[in-house]
Amino acid sequence: MNMAPQLSWYLALSAVLFTIGVVGVLVKRNVISMFMCIELMLNAVNLTFVAFSSFFRDVSGQLFVFIVMTVAAAEAAVGLGIIISIFRNRESLDVDDSSVLKL
Amino acid sequence: MLRYIIFAPLAGAVINWLVGRRLRNERFIGLVACASVGVSTLIAFYLAFKSNGALHIGEPNDTTPIMDHLWTWIQVGSFRADFGLAMDRLSGIYALFVTFVGLLIHIFATGYMRGDGGYYRFFAYLNLFMFAMLTLVLADNFLLMFVGWEGVGLCSYLLIGFYLDKEEAAPAAKKAFIANRVGDWGFILGLMLIFFTTGSISFFDKSSLGVKSALQTIATMPIDGFGWHAIFAGGITSIAVLLFIGAIGKSAQIPLFVWLPDAMAGPTPVSALIHAATMVTAGVYMVVRCSAIYTHAPTAMFIVAITGAATALFAATIGIAQNDIKKVLAYSTISQLGYMFLACGMGAFVAAIFHVMTHAFFKAQLFLGSGSVINGMHHEQDMRRMGGLRKYMPVTWLTMCAGWLAICGVPIFAGFFSKDEILWKTWSASGSGMPPGFGKALWFIGAVTALLTAVYMTRLMVMTFWGKERFHVAQIDNLRDENHAQGHAQVNNLRHTPHESPLSMTIPLIVLAVLSTVGGLVGVPYAISSLTGGHPENYFEQTLEPAISAVPNTTSNSAEAANQLRWLSPPPQPVDGKPAFAPTQESNGGEAIPSAAEISQERLFALISVAIALLGIGIGWLMFQSQPLRQMPRLLENKYYVDEIYDAAIINPIHVGSRVGLWKLFDVGVIDGLIHDLGRAVIDFGKTIRYMQIGFVRAYAAIILAGALIIIGYFAYNGAHVLRFLVR
Repeated sequence: MNMAPQLSWYLALSAVLFTIGVVGVLVKRNVISMFMCIELMLNAVNLTFVAFSSFFRDVSGQLFVFIVMTVAAAEAAVGLGIIISIFRNRESLDVDDSSVLKL
Repeated sequence: MLRYIIFAPLAGAVINWLVGRRLRNERFIGLVACASVGVSTLIAFYLAFKSNGALHIGEPNDTTPIMDHLWTWIQVGSFRADFGLAMDRLSGIYALFVTFVGLLIHIFATGYMRGDGGYYRFFAYLNLFMFAMLTLVLADNFLLMFVGWEGVGLCSYLLIGFYLDKEEAAPAAKKAFIANRVGDWGFILGLMLIFFTTGSISFFDKSSLGVKSALQTIATMPIDGFGWHAIFAGGITSIAVLLFIGAIGKSAQIPLFVWLPDAMAGPTPVSALIHAATMVTAGVYMVVRCSAIYTHAPTAMFIVAITGAATALFAATIGIAQNDIKKVLAYSTISQLGYMFLACGMGAFVAAIFHVMTHAFFKAQLFLGSGSVINGMHHEQDMRRMGGLRKYMPVTWLTMCAGWLAICGVPIFAGFFSKDEILWKTWSASGSGMPPGFGKALWFIGAVTALLTAVYMTRLMVMTFWGKERFHVAQIDNLRDENHAQGHAQVNNLRHTPHESPLSMTIPLIVLAVLSTVGGLVGVPYAISSLTGGHPENYFEQTLEPAISAVPNTTSNSAEAANQLRWLSPPPQPVDGKPAFAPTQESNGGEAIPSAAEISQERLFALISVAIALLGIGIGWLMFQSQPLRQMPRLLENKYYVDEIYDAAIINPIHVGSRVGLWKLFDVGVIDGLIHDLGRAVIDFGKTIRYMQIGFVRAYAAIILAGALIIIGYFAYNGAHVLRFLVR
């Protein structure tokens, strides 16, 4: 039995990771946790890109990954900035406390 | 060279508008205005009378106009309109008296308007008017003529409303503009129909440009039948009737005459220039210019003649009972315009233009005279407050006497020859297609009008210049104006006594009085001139007849057509076996020589005209000399309540219909309602969906997920081929 990793394994792992991310965003109230879940979703997609890139012998999938990672880094900087700002004003990281679109 | 005739006044208008308004120097403004019109006058006289000029004096066969093609204005497909000018015999005569009378009135106005705050504005408008009027007259096609036609309407509007502080001026200006707009509707439809029928809108052949004359094309077409159906058939009769609607508006005929009396709210020189001498005769000019069309449309001729006769009589009866000196003259103008159209309708185009010219002289004279009276009376226009002015204003009085005798039709004076000619041509017209006795009946109306004309003009003169001086009397009739009478009574011998006008006003009066006296001698009919051995000849007819009769002569190819033309203009009978009127013959210079029987009959009718005139003057003198304030019939004083009838029948329904139907119902209800409902629907929809915005980030995330799932689910269910249009 050939136990070499198949494409479908990667895709399954990616789907699992993505679903964990989605569920995390939906159920977590702590904004840091939601943020980490979003990162999880992004990396699940990255995994898919890399898997397909390897499968199709096409490097362009890996290029996308770099772009996604760059955007994720930028997003992390902005997102954490916003989170710090919210925390300073609310003394809380619960997103349900910030539900009126103003401070 | 022709172009300078129209552009000199335009330059004057521009200079006065741009420079005059800054300088505010009356001497400069008046000089610019008069000089620009003077240049036009000189050029017009030179071009008309130079050897081989536009009038072709002594060359009865030559009708070639002087052309001046400036540029091609519009060329779309087969439609072509040039900015081109042409001076032929007809427009030459018109240009002569328009420029000359215009010049005199400009000079008069420099005195009359002295001290007015809008001096520069007045002369800019007046010069602009001269530009438009000369464009109208000298245009070589219908569209450019329409430009002038609208231009004079605009200037008329501006000048009627010239006195910004006068309450009745602005509505009067609007009334004139709107009434003219009704007429313009007919003109422009007629213009389109001409192009549709002939493929051209030019008056003349311009072979170098490949332009054919629309009028010549119509002249070669068969004559329309007589009957009401012809009006709506879209043929020549329809063209003629539509053009005549334009003439009705511009020349103040029934039913669109109501604007002209109100137009007297403008300054008096304007009334003289625009609303008596030149602009209002543009309708006559247009009908005569289109004589080729009208001679091919007997039905239209019938309508023209009846409208003219009815207007002449109707306006004359109103004129008898008016107390405002300018209103009397306004109704008199309408009445005389009716005469001109009567002449056109009877095919006597030459007589119509002759009357236009003499009328320009004596009516301009009378209007300027009334302006002088108004000026001397310190802007009093009510004749009931005048009387005995001949002692104070001898020049005005004497010159107005010339105008008065001319309009009454006393022999030698200008109006006699032209009016007598119209009446005689009306009587002697006969032929097929016309109801029996038609010409005779119209002659009778014309004769009664002549009588009334003499009566009301005598009344005007008597009330103004003879009788007791009434300007000191506080209460006249049931009319009270204490302030005014006191002004006269206090300083009886000082400023408020009527005074004679300055030279700048009396000189034009004198010139026009001379013209009113001798101006008719250029058109003495053969029947009268033969009494004195054929002198003076009928220069006017010699000059104009070839330009007009040339058209039907080319068409009388069939006997029936010739017969049908007969009632339009009485053809001269042969004398001694020679054809009476033949432009090819040099013998009599193109003047018609009627038969002996006709000559004696024409002389008889001239005598009748004289008798009518003298009788009218006598009646007027007897009625108003002793009792100048005699109460006139209410019906006439109130102008047959025409304004009230129009108010009730047309203006109010439009007002009410617009206010209630169009505004309250359609605009507020339908248009505003639709827009308001649309806005309200958007607001309601927003109110509903705003509940989605609950503010919890996780709920938004859930909605995004749901949306993503729906889209993915859709593609998963339908298969990926749905996406194929994206990748192609």
